[in-house]
Amino acid sequence: MGSGYETVIGLEVHAQLLTRSKLFCGCSVKFGASPNTQVCPVCVGLPGSLPMPNARAVELALRAGVALGCQIRSHSVFARKNYFYPDLAKNYQISQYELPLCEHGKLRFELDGKAHEIPIQRIHLEEDAAKNLHGMGSGTVTLVDYNRAGTPLMEIVSGPDLRSSAEAEEYLKRLHETLMFLGVNDGNLEEGSFRCDANVSVRPIGQEQLGTRVELKNINSFRFVRKAIDYEVARQIALVSGGGRVVLETRTWNDGQGKSLPMRSKEEAMDYRYFPDPDLPPLHVSEAAIEAARRSLPELPERKRARYVESLGLTVADASVLSAHPVIAGFFERAAELLAAQSKLEPAAAGKKAANFLQSELLRHVRTNGLSAEMGVSPEQLAELLTLVESAAISGKQAKALLPSLLGTDRRPEQLVREQGLVQVSDTTAIEAVVRDVLAQHPDNVKLFRAGKTAVLGFFVGQVMKAMKGAGNPKLVNEVLQKLLNEGA
Amino acid sequence: MHELVTASVTEIAQAVRDGKVSAVEITRAALARADAKNASLNAFLHVDHEGALAQAARVDASPNRTGLPLAGVPFGLKDNLCTRGVPTTCASKILQGYAPPYDAHVVEQLRAAGAVVLGKLNLDEFAMGSSTENSAFGAVRNPWDTSRAPGGSSGGSAAAVALGLSAAALGSDTGGSVRQPASFCGVTAIKPSYGRVSRYGLIAFASSLDQVGPIARNVRDAARVLGVIAGRDSRDPTSADRPVPNYEAECERDVKGMRVGVVRGITDEGCAPAVQQAMARAREQLAALGCEIVEVDMPHQKYALSVYYIVATAEASSNLARFDGMRYGLRVNGDDLRDTYGKTRDAGFGLEVKRRIMLGTYVLSAGYYDAFYLKAQKVQTLIRRDYAQAFERCDVVMTPTAPTGAFKLGEKIDDPLQMYLQDVFTLPPSLAGIPAVSVPCGLTPERLPIGLQLAAPGFEEARLVRIAAAFERASGWAERPPGF
Repeated sequence: MGSGYETVIGLEVHAQLLTRSKLFCGCSVKFGASPNTQVCPVCVGLPGSLPMPNARAVELALRAGVALGCQIRSHSVFARKNYFYPDLAKNYQISQYELPLCEHGKLRFELDGKAHEIPIQRIHLEEDAAKNLHGMGSGTVTLVDYNRAGTPLMEIVSGPDLRSSAEAEEYLKRLHETLMFLGVNDGNLEEGSFRCDANVSVRPIGQEQLGTRVELKNINSFRFVRKAIDYEVARQIALVSGGGRVVLETRTWNDGQGKSLPMRSKEEAMDYRYFPDPDLPPLHVSEAAIEAARRSLPELPERKRARYVESLGLTVADASVLSAHPVIAGFFERAAELLAAQSKLEPAAAGKKAANFLQSELLRHVRTNGLSAEMGVSPEQLAELLTLVESAAISGKQAKALLPSLLGTDRRPEQLVREQGLVQVSDTTAIEAVVRDVLAQHPDNVKLFRAGKTAVLGFFVGQVMKAMKGAGNPKLVNEVLQKLLNEGA
Repeated sequence: MHELVTASVTEIAQAVRDGKVSAVEITRAALARADAKNASLNAFLHVDHEGALAQAARVDASPNRTGLPLAGVPFGLKDNLCTRGVPTTCASKILQGYAPPYDAHVVEQLRAAGAVVLGKLNLDEFAMGSSTENSAFGAVRNPWDTSRAPGGSSGGSAAAVALGLSAAALGSDTGGSVRQPASFCGVTAIKPSYGRVSRYGLIAFASSLDQVGPIARNVRDAARVLGVIAGRDSRDPTSADRPVPNYEAECERDVKGMRVGVVRGITDEGCAPAVQQAMARAREQLAALGCEIVEVDMPHQKYALSVYYIVATAEASSNLARFDGMRYGLRVNGDDLRDTYGKTRDAGFGLEVKRRIMLGTYVLSAGYYDAFYLKAQKVQTLIRRDYAQAFERCDVVMTPTAPTGAFKLGEKIDDPLQMYLQDVFTLPPSLAGIPAVSVPCGLTPERLPIGLQLAAPGFEEARLVRIAAAFERASGWAERPPGF
């Protein structure tokens, strides 16, 4: 920031844990069900009901904590955050406060060639609130859908160590990607599975003390993050440099208006009266469970990227693209493995070929939605297709042309090639016949070539391939052309 | 009216199992008795004729009737226990019209054991009180003297059992709420160890202290009911995964050599002379049974009242937040959301409940939490340690259950501190999470019952049942209130 001010950002991410049931009851967390059909006495907080912790949710949060290098607390404590609002069935939220499950972790990323290591202060478990549906009925009624109430979340709190909106965006993307690879979050931003609040402040460069922070809510898309933070930073700098002061408050990002709007000031903020939830004994996590979580960690994107570059010889750009989504990475690795086995290519060469085809042809057909990705074909299909190219049965061009007819089907490339009569012509006699025809039709160009203008070779290749409907083995076509043209010289 | 209607739990169950009487017959008789006599006590808030007869018919038709420990036994439930489709009010206007969609764990256990629930019993609103005068539906009267309080908060449960309106009842105990009314009404009650009985479906007052406990006319009956309701429940994370012993079998055993701890100096202050005399007599009777009487010190017991009114009110302030008129119960519409919350809760809660919510909100507030809540928890640990040390020297600790016999209705209602002092003896075991029993041990000159409280280490209910039954035999207690 050329203005003499430094930006300070801390992010709080609420990530839904990828469980089948809620944090304290057996109700389903499936998205999109009719309102109030996935509820029970526990998640609507009926009198007498009690919370029973979901072991799977704890396991997933633990996995995230271990992956992010956190210290795991053997006895963490659920606490009640007390405030009245209709989306909170008990008028308190069960969360963790003084003694969270995970603390003191970090997230590493590289931005513009510079390495960053952002501290993660804590990861704690908490239940989601219900959803208020305003303006129902005659327009003045608010109805509450408790399907979401009690959905397991983990809140991941970064230190105030991000210095720009670009860093904030990168942090979020890397965190998002990491959680998806861990299988702890489905990464679905539209359905609210991964939500972010940002604490933003500015201070004169060189000043140690932090400026007054503003909490920005509702930043639920990577597209918003930069816009929202940049807007807020500009607003604060304008205020401060104009002699004003930033008010401690919560603002919400309104993307339609392209600005943040005040929600409530912290001066009138509520006292949440946190205290340990007497319904829930301390959450015990054994050393063995922590060890098991550590052992079960999958290879994370950062490692994958490095491996793709080092052992497969991919470019950093290709490696980044292929390692950014667990389904794509898994697809790539499987296809490369199959290709190597079927084509007798070296693993690195097979990887490179699979990567190239994925990057240049397949990825544009791939649709991702959070954790799920529609690849269009199976790794088996892709490996078979590329094996046909390797064995010179078809040309690379033919392989590309075949792809659309494979998408969304379980057809085998080999069979398709046979059906469409696409088998590459590697028969020298057949190629010679075509070449002779072409040469006969273009005597002028033949003369030119023989006079030393060898650039017309390309013209002949094109003509031969055209005559063969692309089925000629390019290498052989080239060889035969060279041979026959030079023969007559 | 069937003669067995006022018989004990074990007698009724035996008769029904043997086919000497049907559960329906007993239930009809019990409902008629409740209908006839409830007006004098105001013990029942709701009598569920239809549900009771249907359950009785199921018991009669049950192929394994002979194996049901509570076959056909008429029960009453404190009205803070959830009953499916049956009004559950906590004696509060705020739960007006509320009928839960599920049965509490203990209610399921009772029904599975063949018990017949006659209806729901009056209490101090949300179990907050020691006289049952804090009910939104009128005070309960003590069957021994209807101008007097039955104790509380399970006053309806104790009074109904004392007068034979039900063979046994369930109450809940947070700081003495089954023991003190049992003492006032001349019946037996057990407050189990924290975690012994599932709280699922018990509408919470103070979650870290609440326990459901049986009230019956003799120790054996209470022991049998405890055996039915105790045990692990996967819906209550605070319920203990420990085996449930055969409590009833303990009633037969002698107590020779058992060491009974008497707390030094405990009855010197605030105890009525009749209570002091009854304690001295109880001591002699226990000694005569072969018990060794030892003196123990409980230096932190004097803080129990203060600790309790911080911890319990803090939890209550949060537990009762859900009663806001949005989803069920009373709703008083205001100008906006905040106003509706305020008006609903103002109209729905009684004075004592409001007092405790305010106290609890205060002690949890920023800047006060450490000074009150945190410190109270530390002192609670000291009280637990007192017991741990005492139990190195004795097997049970004996005290009076309450400092006096039943007081007059209206006598203490305007003086909360005097009312709170009713619980000085029952609070320490609650704060320590240990089990305690109250058994009748005599009458005051006004013919009002006095209760003996015995407390044991955690999950030693069997020990309590054993000594309480032996004491009951030795004392020959067979007094019943007029009109029984």
